[in-house]
Amino acid sequence: MELKAIYFLIPSLIMFCCGLFGFITRRNMIAMLISLELMLNAVDMNFVIFNRFLFPGQLEGMFFTLFAIAIAAAETALAIAIIINVFRASHNIDVRTLNEMKF
Amino acid sequence: MGITLPLLILAIPLFMFLLLGIAGVKMSHKLAGWLGCLGMGTTLVLAYTVALTYYFCPEFTAETGERIQTIVFNQTWLAFTQNLVISLGFLLDPISALMLIVITTISFLVHLYSLGYMEGEKGFQRYYAFLSLFSFSMLGLVVATNIFQMYIFWELVGASSYLLIGFYYTKHSAVAASKKAFIVTRFADLGFLIGILVLSYYSQTFDFLKLTTDSQWVLASTQGATFMGASVLTWALVLIFTGGMGKSAMMPLHIWLPDAMEGPTPVSALIHAATMVVAGVFLVARMFPVYLLEESATMIVAVVGAVTAFYAAMVACTQIDIKRVLAFSTISQIAFMMVSLGVASNGNGDVCHHGLGYMASMFHMFTHAMFKALLFLGAGALIHAVHSNDYTAMGGLSRYMPVTRWTFLIGCLAIAGIPPFSGFFSKDEILSAAYAWSPFMGVWMTIVAAMTAFYMFRLYFLIFRWDEPDYGHHTPHDPPLPMMIPLVFLAAVSCVAGFIPFGHFVTWNRMPYDIHLDPWIACSSVAVAICAICLAAYMYRTKNPLPEKMKNAMPVLWDWCHHRFYWDELYMFITHKIIFNGVCRPLAWFDRHIIDGTMDSFAAVTNKLSRVIAPLQSGQVQMYVFVYIIGALLLGGITVLCLI
Repeated sequence: MELKAIYFLIPSLIMFCCGLFGFITRRNMIAMLISLELMLNAVDMNFVIFNRFLFPGQLEGMFFTLFAIAIAAAETALAIAIIINVFRASHNIDVRTLNEMKF
Repeated sequence: MGITLPLLILAIPLFMFLLLGIAGVKMSHKLAGWLGCLGMGTTLVLAYTVALTYYFCPEFTAETGERIQTIVFNQTWLAFTQNLVISLGFLLDPISALMLIVITTISFLVHLYSLGYMEGEKGFQRYYAFLSLFSFSMLGLVVATNIFQMYIFWELVGASSYLLIGFYYTKHSAVAASKKAFIVTRFADLGFLIGILVLSYYSQTFDFLKLTTDSQWVLASTQGATFMGASVLTWALVLIFTGGMGKSAMMPLHIWLPDAMEGPTPVSALIHAATMVVAGVFLVARMFPVYLLEESATMIVAVVGAVTAFYAAMVACTQIDIKRVLAFSTISQIAFMMVSLGVASNGNGDVCHHGLGYMASMFHMFTHAMFKALLFLGAGALIHAVHSNDYTAMGGLSRYMPVTRWTFLIGCLAIAGIPPFSGFFSKDEILSAAYAWSPFMGVWMTIVAAMTAFYMFRLYFLIFRWDEPDYGHHTPHDPPLPMMIPLVFLAAVSCVAGFIPFGHFVTWNRMPYDIHLDPWIACSSVAVAICAICLAAYMYRTKNPLPEKMKNAMPVLWDWCHHRFYWDELYMFITHKIIFNGVCRPLAWFDRHIIDGTMDSFAAVTNKLSRVIAPLQSGQVQMYVFVYIIGALLLGGITVLCLI
């Protein structure tokens, strides 16, 4: 059986949609962060897939993904730090109640 | 001549201004005062060195005997285009050297005098800082190498005059007077600026030397150019003269000077008698070769001067405030100088009588600076003693203040033109020039000279004779030493200054020229002056009802003179009734309702709209994301639809 790009793209799409759904619906900030990571990974996968199927023999997409993963790790650390601080300040990480910074 | 000394003449007063202005509050009064005097004293020595070197060193005299106009330095400051270049420099020629001497002398004496006069005043250090600023600006004005530099310093002089008139800034009248002086002179300077622009547009230069040597050639491009029936050159010169009229308080722009007497008296002596107010005369003298090209411009100068001289002399006869009498006398005397410049050419572009008028004008500027500063400082001593500006509070003071009395008398004799005091010589030259121009002008100016003698001796007798008012416990006495020295020194100068062979130093073409007195004119002017003095003595020597009777005999004339011919009221009427009501109020209404209204309605609409859409920002992060996704999808969908 020949491997087609679509076989990889559909799981990636499913992953992205799951992440999106989680990001919009989950109330816990940690859960939102996890959903965010899911979306990011879906995008990373897309890079790899397109690099492999559209430009075989080149490595730009692969390396871009590697960088994105590193940055995602850093960003996660930052987000966790923010969440912890928010928790310390309000003993609460329910995103619905954290709406003080509106107009 | 090296560059150092001239540069220091300007730099020291500026430095003293900065030092006293910034660090003055930390200093004691005494330290600030003596520092100011020290700075001005140094400037005085330097200025004398430079001026005397210029007059007596052969290197500044050509073989023909002509004094050479020397540019000590000329630094390009703003070069906009090849021709439009503004420089700052130091021009040394007979009149600027003369003014260096006059300004530094009077300024130093006023610095010294103020030590006594301003003792214990609040803001003493600020006063000295402003005096230094004024000295700097005035020195910069007279040594300007180009008309634009002159304009810059001209405005600086105006600004420092404003600061000093309004020195007692808690006094309402002083504030009003300083504003009036500033606005009136600024208004005149508008004319000056337009004149500069017109002149330099045609001549392609600001430089005095280029303008005044070969002016015919430099201004050739104005030939044939006319505006509203007069040639462009006439317009330019008259507009420049307008600036001079404002500063020198010529009619109808004289209204600020009497009010400027609200400032401290030494300031009146320095700025409003000896130095700043002659800036207009200096300006015309500086541009003299250009004025020679236009008969009508010199004519206007002469006529404005003659009218102002007569008007101011009439008003001076009826004023009560002694400083106002002196102010009007200043206006009258400056008008003398203007007339003298105006009559220096015979109307055909030739200089008549060897430019006698020019020389006489500069001579009178010199002597007037000395004796008028003397009179003002004397008035300051009187005010210091009796704490009032009005002669009604004085009388019989010769008993109490002998030094002030004698020095004041010398000043009065000098201004009245009695030989051998300095005013006689310079005034006589002016009268000679006026007679040479037209006999009518000569007679007119002789009458004004007689009135000068009358009102000065009226003042003298009313102050030092007449009846003593009740002085109470504090009998007036002569001022302390720092105030006495300038009085005595200026009196001494007024006695001898007339014998300076002035024609050897300052003439219009810078060639030496021997003054000779015309015996007929000299005798007649002395005779009328003595008659006027006798009349004043008859009327005011002892208390008698004659002045009151004369006042009641001619109530209308007296009223008009006393109210300065209602010029202030006329200005009030024009500005308040016509300009404020007729122009400013409708404009203000338009601004407030139409322009502001439009802008305000924009703001109101924006405000309302933002209130409506503000709840979209709910603080719910997930809602934002949801809206964002929907938006992105919609955009994507539209893009896809468009592509298909």
